[in-house]
Amino acid sequence: MRRTPKESSDSWRRISRRALLLGGAQLGFAGMLGLRMHHMQVDQADEFRLLAEENRINMRLIPPSRGRIFDRKGKVIAENTPTYRITLVREDAGDVEDVISKLSALVELDEDELNRALAEMRRSAPFLPITIADRVSWESISRVAVNAPALPGVTPEVGLSRFYPQHGNFAHVVGYVGPVSERDLERYEDPEPVLRIPRFQIGKVGVEAKYEEQLRGKAGAKRVEVNAVGRVMRELDRREGDNGADIQLTIDADLQDYVQARLGHESASCVIMDVEKGDLLAIASAPSFDPNKFVRGISVADYAILRENDHRPLASKTVQDAYPPGSTFKMVTALAALEAGILSPDDTVWCPGHMEVGSRRFHCWKRTGHGHLTLEQALQQSCDVFFYDVALKVGIDKMADMGHRLGLGVPPDVPMSAVAAGIMPSREWKQRERGKGWLLGDTVNASIGQGFVLASPLQQAIMTARIASGRAIHPRLIKTIDGVETEVVGGETLDINPNHLRYVRKGMSAVMNSNRGTGFRSRVVAAGYELAGKSGTSQVRNRVVANDEVPWEERDHALFVAYGPFEAPRIAVSIVVEHGGGGSSAAAPIARDVALQALYGGTPPLSAYPSSDHEKIKEQQERLDRERLERAEQARGRA
Amino acid sequence: MSYLEYTVKTTPSGWRKVLHINWPLVILLTAVASVGFLMLYSVAGGRLDTWAEPQMKRFGLGLAAMFITAMVPIWLWRNLSVLAYLGSLGLLVAVELFGTVGMGAQRWIDVGFMRLQPSELMKIALVMVLAAYYDWLPLKKTSRPIWVLLPIILILAPTGLTLIQPDLGTALLLMIGGGLIMFLAGVHWAYFAVVIAAGVGTIYSVFESRGTDWQLLKDYQFKRIDTFLDPSTDPLGAGYHITQAKIAMGSGGWTGRGFMQGTQSRLNFLPEKHTDFIFNTLAEEFGFVGGMSLLTLYVLILLFCIFAALRNRDRFSSLLTLGIGLTFFLYFAVNMSMVMGLAPVVGVPLPMVSYGGSAMLVLMIAFGLVQSAHIHRPR
Repeated sequence: MRRTPKESSDSWRRISRRALLLGGAQLGFAGMLGLRMHHMQVDQADEFRLLAEENRINMRLIPPSRGRIFDRKGKVIAENTPTYRITLVREDAGDVEDVISKLSALVELDEDELNRALAEMRRSAPFLPITIADRVSWESISRVAVNAPALPGVTPEVGLSRFYPQHGNFAHVVGYVGPVSERDLERYEDPEPVLRIPRFQIGKVGVEAKYEEQLRGKAGAKRVEVNAVGRVMRELDRREGDNGADIQLTIDADLQDYVQARLGHESASCVIMDVEKGDLLAIASAPSFDPNKFVRGISVADYAILRENDHRPLASKTVQDAYPPGSTFKMVTALAALEAGILSPDDTVWCPGHMEVGSRRFHCWKRTGHGHLTLEQALQQSCDVFFYDVALKVGIDKMADMGHRLGLGVPPDVPMSAVAAGIMPSREWKQRERGKGWLLGDTVNASIGQGFVLASPLQQAIMTARIASGRAIHPRLIKTIDGVETEVVGGETLDINPNHLRYVRKGMSAVMNSNRGTGFRSRVVAAGYELAGKSGTSQVRNRVVANDEVPWEERDHALFVAYGPFEAPRIAVSIVVEHGGGGSSAAAPIARDVALQALYGGTPPLSAYPSSDHEKIKEQQERLDRERLERAEQARGRA
Repeated sequence: MSYLEYTVKTTPSGWRKVLHINWPLVILLTAVASVGFLMLYSVAGGRLDTWAEPQMKRFGLGLAAMFITAMVPIWLWRNLSVLAYLGSLGLLVAVELFGTVGMGAQRWIDVGFMRLQPSELMKIALVMVLAAYYDWLPLKKTSRPIWVLLPIILILAPTGLTLIQPDLGTALLLMIGGGLIMFLAGVHWAYFAVVIAAGVGTIYSVFESRGTDWQLLKDYQFKRIDTFLDPSTDPLGAGYHITQAKIAMGSGGWTGRGFMQGTQSRLNFLPEKHTDFIFNTLAEEFGFVGGMSLLTLYVLILLFCIFAALRNRDRFSSLLTLGIGLTFFLYFAVNMSMVMGLAPVVGVPLPMVSYGGSAMLVLMIAFGLVQSAHIHRPR
């Protein structure tokens, strides 16, 4: 089949024409691709570069190390200790079950924790480390590290966790930290991102919570490069954060330890306050609990034990519980009367053992009566009728004014949790709070610290310090923050006639140092260390039966306030022993022991005690030394 | 047959053929393949043995296949055209019955040393059979309906078989390529007008079929079209690939982020980085300059084919060369449009660069045919 030359050239012409046309179209398309490339890579390059950077760069927070807490002498109260945990990376482990069975031969693995970890592992990316055992001992970690080649994907990791080496001694003061909860996050309007770090700890109660911001510090950050599935490829750069500020308390840890031991198993509280600056040297609530348990996450069983204990170990009794101050309030009544000019030191009141007000009869604690008494004698013997009489003359409002000046009914400014304001009643207060008019009987009750009057042990210590110094002493718990001394607030004069204060102080001295005083058995005999004080017994139930004949929870609260040395006051002390019975018998000895411990800066010599008590005190000192040593050893063992 | 026209004496014979090979084309192809090796080395994170080395071996094999193909006289290839077409069609049917499905689309037959995709073979076989058909058909019959219908059947048979695999990309390439060869052969304009109208109608009905029980495309294909039309609707789902591909390309800038420094590909944000989206790695690491260089190489190859075709006065050779150039063009044009976000992701590799055996081998054989036509052209 031959093709004619004409046909052949026709064909070629047509092909070449259409080929050029199509070729032109192809070149045009290629040109358009080039333009598109130019548009994306040159005109829009910056936008796309930004998107690429956003893709690959992730910010990761570096948690700051929490500030430590020290006592006034630099003893550690709260610190950060390394904790060890074991993590497993599924991807590296290969056969997860095999690795875990090998691991459980080396380390005790908690069944629940393990199941939770395995569930988490199934949910998350295979390259993410999952914690399979937390708070592992150093020995276990070492065993894992030595056997590392046989345990693919298993890594021992170290982190920082809060530790309280003083255990129970500061549980109510410093509080504790715990992992951030949903409720914590809700408290903040715009929670700091650092709070979202898993296992990050924040202060839950006490100083830890009140100074959370200072203690926490500022988180650092690092930029890491991640790939499409989120695996970290490398660290690009990092900015270190600021560690939290260290905080020094005014508390003397040794004294606090002694106080805690001295309070023993009583449901009691003790405040020792410096009269000069208001420094809280000890502020203890017994019984206590180990805050380290809360850091770890306390078990339901342990928590139930703490909650169901009728001695309420979780309560911070020094600040959050307000008690009727009982007879320790009598100084307030006396000062109000002296300042009002209706009482002078030589005035006497006759106590027949009771007093009729309207149709009601108010008894003195001594049913047989005290006879004629001056102010000094009335304080010394704690006569009730004397103060009924004086109070009726001066009136509740002047008493309330004096109470407020001495710090009652005013919430003390201390950075602890649930600080109670107490109650210093007045006419206006009763009308406002109870909607009822003030009765004379209320004044009579208030005059001896019963009825509506409520004060926390800390408030009573403040009151005592103010009487001892005549100045507006405020409690101070924080000595330094980040090495900077905190300001001492108050200290200005209370504007109470110094003579009036002297009369009351003389009465308080007589309580302890004259042989008819209610606290005479708890006197100090060392020259220059004599104490002045006042006992108080606040009724829990109205009854006439003796304390040792009723169940514990119905007995009276025993109170005692004291300051010393009498001539040149340095410290004020307040003791409350819940259901302890009489203030002079249950609270006064504790007040004397802790005051001497504070004044001597350690165990006082036996010569400070009356010679008849030497035997008993020696025995007590040895017992307490032994107990403190045992507790310290136990604590070391647990750590 | 028309080879009788050839002044056979003037065509080179024996080893002298080697001298008449179009060497610039060989060099261009090697350059393009080398770009591929470089990028495959880069996306493997600096490893040769992952992708670059196998690709080099295949290129060597392809080069040998090209030379062998080039040595065989073009008229022999023309006589084999129908056979090649029927063989490829047979393989397409076989693969439908016995083949293995990969990635939800292309089917292949494992032939030991490589995975053979019959649809790749068909791309060349279709060009060959259409060129041979129009070489055989007297010119004046070209536009007669009965003689137009035959090539349409030749095109639609493999297109249909590819579509049911279902490999939408290759099916479209076969149809468009075949149609354009008919256009080059001189079929009357009116037919194309009708086909374009029908095409528009088809696209309309494809969209209309969505959600009905006679749905023409798979759901994932519809989804791809959706995300192509608006990638932002689903940036982390189906639109993720397109978005990340565009970020990779755009972040390259003028000169790119440097060899092996492309974060999008190195950190796996870029999908299919060694196959369909390899151009984005190039554009990310070498920027506009790199991308344009490859595009220029492609255009040069295309121009070589067009000029070679115009020098071939023989109808079969011309149509074959143009058809192969066209197939090559469609490959890179569709792939680039796809990775730049101009066309839906249909799974068309970047010719000679994307990692993959059959596509490379088939293209090299195709260029062997171009060389054969060039060597044995009448002088």
